[in-house]
Amino acid sequence: MATIVEITEEKALQVKDFEFTYAGADAPSIQKLTMPIAKNSITALIGPSGCGKTTLLRSFNRMHDLYPGNKYEGEILFKDKNILTPKEDLINLRIQIGMIFQKPTAFPMSIADNVAYGMKLQGIKNKTELKDRVEKALTDAAIWKEVKDRLRHDASGLSGGQQQRLCIARAIAVEPEVLLFDEPTSALDPISTAGIEELVVELKERVSIIIVTHNMQQAARVSDYTGFMYMGELIELGRTEELFVTPKERLTEEYITGKFG
Amino acid sequence: MTHTHKRILINKLVMTLSTLSAMIGISFLFWILYILVSNGVDALSWAIFTEEGAPPGYEDSGLKHALIGQLMIVGVATLVGVPLGILAGTYLSEYGQKSKLAETIRDISDIMMSAPSIVIGAFVYAVVVAPMGHFSGWAGSIALTIIMLPIILRTTDDMLQLVPSTLREAAFALGAPKYKVIIQVVYRGAKAGILTGILLGVARVAGETAPLLFTSFNDNFLNTDMMEPMASLTVTMYNYATSPYEDWQKLGWAAAFILSMFILSLNILGRLFIMKKKGR
Repeated sequence: MATIVEITEEKALQVKDFEFTYAGADAPSIQKLTMPIAKNSITALIGPSGCGKTTLLRSFNRMHDLYPGNKYEGEILFKDKNILTPKEDLINLRIQIGMIFQKPTAFPMSIADNVAYGMKLQGIKNKTELKDRVEKALTDAAIWKEVKDRLRHDASGLSGGQQQRLCIARAIAVEPEVLLFDEPTSALDPISTAGIEELVVELKERVSIIIVTHNMQQAARVSDYTGFMYMGELIELGRTEELFVTPKERLTEEYITGKFG
Repeated sequence: MTHTHKRILINKLVMTLSTLSAMIGISFLFWILYILVSNGVDALSWAIFTEEGAPPGYEDSGLKHALIGQLMIVGVATLVGVPLGILAGTYLSEYGQKSKLAETIRDISDIMMSAPSIVIGAFVYAVVVAPMGHFSGWAGSIALTIIMLPIILRTTDDMLQLVPSTLREAAFALGAPKYKVIIQVVYRGAKAGILTGILLGVARVAGETAPLLFTSFNDNFLNTDMMEPMASLTVTMYNYATSPYEDWQKLGWAAAFILSMFILSLNILGRLFIMKKKGR
């Protein structure tokens, strides 16, 4: 059984006996996983490649549904409702639970249109409102100063780090409750990485954040809680400072001290 | 001779041979262009664009009928073939993906691309011209649409698949329904490629003669009724060029020149789109 620290905050999400099986696979990639996610906090998911951390992350916004044959079992509670039911409104779910990907995913359109994309999907047509919220999102994503004179330019002209912040702006523009980060800095240089990390910490005042990372230092720097996963199971969930200094599980200790990985 | 000398010699030999072969290949292209331009420009005049066909010996004869017929036949084929091809390509890339049905359509479409165009003409003759009892512009357009369809379908499919799947996921992650993901994100990402496919598809059918010979047939005068036989640049060129009359032969050269320039510019335009896309 996993060692799970008691979460004092309100919970943003609650994973209960969750199992996930990829299409065509014999065995589930995630087994009987139970895990609370604290509200307005940053929870980092760490673990060796193939441990299921990204698979778990992509379950929170039901990204696996894009490919046929994948199977969820158990529950993921969001606002006291299980989001894994077949009748869950995925569009509505994904508006509330946003995602930032490993590689920047700027759409082939202007910078302003990129940020406005999610809002337009929600039917916001008022030009002034769109303009104001684009500016606010870009400001919150700490990229407004760099792009304010070229909002109409194609987003592909931005650097990787700028594109990633643009994607964050696009995600926060629709005011989600939860943001999922899938190794958001693995394609970026150290300076851009530091910028994104700073931004993630600032964002937690407004959203609950789950971040998958290969980089343990990153988890230690930004997160409040850290979950260590191994072979499709949660081994330990603890307050970040405690988990890295005094891990309760032997496996966690071996992983963070570099004995395997 | 040392080993090194021998190697240098062989290297030079291979380089000379391959350069020579390349020169021979490209010299034909310039030869064709030279013959076309020297004969075609000579035959060009205003009357070509303002006058219709006339019996041999008349001064005021032109290709107006063939130009308009060509534009109408190819235009209708484009209007039908492009949306059909793009939608079918969209099905393959976005919905069918690697399914059996999609793979079968891809195979059939590849076979159709290499089918002799005269066979397609014969098919349209059998199912459209024969039942109607006469040649018509529509029949010509149908034949060209069938030839164009697999080209546009496959380029659309290929170009859509080049759009990274993470881009689709990112749009889904913002709560976009599938049709909006396709129209607003995937199409935009593949815009230049699809446009190139359209241009190359149009260029391909614009030069077809065989399928038009027994579908739209020909008309020496201007006709804009698609229900009737219609002139086209290609068939007109074939008729005039094989005639014994010198003034008709000149018109044939003019038709060849205009047609080549049209197709050449479509191809260059297509390449410019590709270059622009790569340049970004």
